[in-house]
Amino acid sequence: MTASNTWPASGELVLPHYPAAVGVHPPLDSPAYKSSVLRAPKRALVPLPQGLTEITGPLLGAERATAADADLTTGHPGEPLGERIIVTGRVLDSDGRPVPDTLIEVWQANASGRYAHGVDDHPAPLDPNFDGAGRCLTDSLGRYRFVTIKPGAYPWRNHHNAWRPAHIHFSLFGRAFTQRLITQMYFPADPLFPLDPIFNSIPDPGARARLIAAFDIDQTEPDWALGYSWDIVLRGRSATVFETGEDE
Amino acid sequence: MTQGITPSQTVGPFLAIGLPWPDGPFVVPPGTPGALMISGQIRDGAGTPVPDALVETWQADPDSRFDHPDDPRGAAPPAVPGFRGFGRSATDPDGNYQISTVRPGSLPSPDGGIEAPHLNVSVFARGLLDRVVTRIYFPDDAEANAADPVLAAIDDPARRATLIAVAVPDRPENEFRFDIWLQGERETVFFDV
Repeated sequence: MTASNTWPASGELVLPHYPAAVGVHPPLDSPAYKSSVLRAPKRALVPLPQGLTEITGPLLGAERATAADADLTTGHPGEPLGERIIVTGRVLDSDGRPVPDTLIEVWQANASGRYAHGVDDHPAPLDPNFDGAGRCLTDSLGRYRFVTIKPGAYPWRNHHNAWRPAHIHFSLFGRAFTQRLITQMYFPADPLFPLDPIFNSIPDPGARARLIAAFDIDQTEPDWALGYSWDIVLRGRSATVFETGEDE
Repeated sequence: MTQGITPSQTVGPFLAIGLPWPDGPFVVPPGTPGALMISGQIRDGAGTPVPDALVETWQADPDSRFDHPDDPRGAAPPAVPGFRGFGRSATDPDGNYQISTVRPGSLPSPDGGIEAPHLNVSVFARGLLDRVVTRIYFPDDAEANAADPVLAAIDDPARRATLIAVAVPDRPENEFRFDIWLQGERETVFFDV
């Protein structure tokens, strides 16, 4: 092991820094979400200084996503059932900079609220024309766009008569290990919001609201599909003067 | 302009629809000389294996470099052909994951110290509302590990030991085991990054 001396011996290493996302993410220990009870770590997290491994990350290129991967309604003999939608927006960092050329992966239930996964035993029909997985890269301005169908709500076993609000899972890399994010996008005015322990695990109502897409008539295509807009904001790369922990 | 950061949510039980890649576990292409295997099991607080988790790894190449523009030493093309730096493995029904990679070099730390060779690890799972982050260090780097600033900040040796992979007896050079305990007596050290 002689690799330890291969970097230039040029004094101080000045790295970008990603300030903590204070009060944004749900606490791991959120017992109303039953699956967290035996899985959330109980010990305090250990602070990890941001070094080279943290401020870099996989820059996954176009080989991971073809244009067809952004349309979840194609690639099968027929069209999937359900309400065809367009989901589009921008990926930004918290300083407002677009995040270009970053991989987004999505997965979701079908229009009936059933996932194409062997473990899902919800007695709602599978759709032979819908797998529910998609991928795309953001463009040079951080924009993305998926065509899909609106997922259905579905029951789960968290508590009596528990139903998840309709959602699409989103996975994002950004440009650094510190920016990695997996989350869920919800639809406006879902009556299940007040009852869902996963949505409500986010303590700040303002932060919670940032997971809800907006219906967007400008993204809606006549005689074709309803449009929804949703911007995704990753941790910023420069220290800001004030860290108040408040929104906007 | 400051924008509110988008909060995390759990991957849920059906992450396998969207996240695993056929080549995900291969940080280096199959057949790469000197490749090593890191595998392990993820368990919950009751000791039950976690079959619906995803492990992701990120690391420097064997020459201690990243092919990344934010590395102030400059982006360096990988020292090993096909090296991606990134690994991804969903757990199987028994909670096992597996990554094939090469050993990273050690790294200069912003505080002037040297970080021992390590992989950063993110774990996502049903039941985790946000990812948890840990690190894998190597058991035969005792001297470098002793000088590592991240390990040194963990006082309890038993806790520190949760971050050191275990060499597989028959193949101590190229096969390591790294089990991840999300909770309980043997809870792995998780980081706030």
